[in-house]
Amino acid sequence: MSRAIDKLPKGWSGLTSDFSSDQKAFKGMSWGKAMMWIFILSDTFIFSCFLISYLTGRASTTVPWPDSSIVFGLDVFGTSVPLLLIAIMTFILISSSGTMAIAVKYGYEKNRKLCAIFLLLTALCGAAFVGMQAFEWTKLIFHEGVSPWGNPFGAVQFGSFFFMITGFHGTHVTVGVIFLLIMARKTWRGDFNTGRRGYFTTMKSDYVAIEIMGLYWHFVDLVWVFIFAFFYLW
Amino acid sequence: MAQYNNNKVKTHKIGIYLWIWGLLFVFSFFSYMVDYLNFEGSLRWTLIVLFMLSKAALIVAVFMHLFWERYAIVNILLWPMTLMLLFVWIMVAESEYTLLTRIFYFILGS
Repeated sequence: MSRAIDKLPKGWSGLTSDFSSDQKAFKGMSWGKAMMWIFILSDTFIFSCFLISYLTGRASTTVPWPDSSIVFGLDVFGTSVPLLLIAIMTFILISSSGTMAIAVKYGYEKNRKLCAIFLLLTALCGAAFVGMQAFEWTKLIFHEGVSPWGNPFGAVQFGSFFFMITGFHGTHVTVGVIFLLIMARKTWRGDFNTGRRGYFTTMKSDYVAIEIMGLYWHFVDLVWVFIFAFFYLW
Repeated sequence: MAQYNNNKVKTHKIGIYLWIWGLLFVFSFFSYMVDYLNFEGSLRWTLIVLFMLSKAALIVAVFMHLFWERYAIVNILLWPMTLMLLFVWIMVAESEYTLLTRIFYFILGS
């Protein structure tokens, strides 16, 4: 007498094979893409926690909150334009999302060169964004004396929330730029056409990798939409 | 959008991405104008949230292709994100209470 269950591996190899057996909820979706979506969902929770703690801190302080349009204003030929740098950063990040979407489209059409060029453009916009953020931080820290424990404009919590939220977002952008450059190189070399194995994963990849990269990048843009609204405009 | 490992994949025309790109620019410009023109009070907050959610919806639906995905993934993503609103509501109530007790004790001095 032999039951089907007796034929399955036992012990630890049984555990791994059970959890990796053919149970598939997301039909027709590569595992990498499904996992990127799950990662994005968990990252959403992290950013939500940051933004909600900012909300709580701002709403419960008895001291006036700094006026963001003055704090983040930029002097242009002697006149102060509110939020100018932030607006430019927003438009740059949105443009990078646009070029990324086009890169994904060309990836699925197996247009190797155009895909790589648009990935590079996306990385360029991302790097510009991080550069402007570094400029903004330098200005706030060294010229206006904003620190995580105090600032000359009002409530002391302002600095800690600002550096935490924009710093975490900037880290995401930086990591994204690094991976965009890696992906651009792989695409240009034709790894996804020839099935060349990855250096780190030793697995063959496909143009779906570009879409996964795109999901991450659009998410970074998405987070900025919320930071822009709640931190800078509110 | 694209099916994994299909040799013949259907992609969208480039126009839809350019359109969404343009719309995102317009919404961003409008939300910047909310600050530039110094709208105040509930008008300001309504407009900010409206433009923010429109931008977020466009990015998720079109750029991240969620509009064309199966409902299994759509639902597993959107419901937890919607539940965050409950968390926001709880913490707003909490911070209002904190503010009240702070004002109360700061005035009483102990």
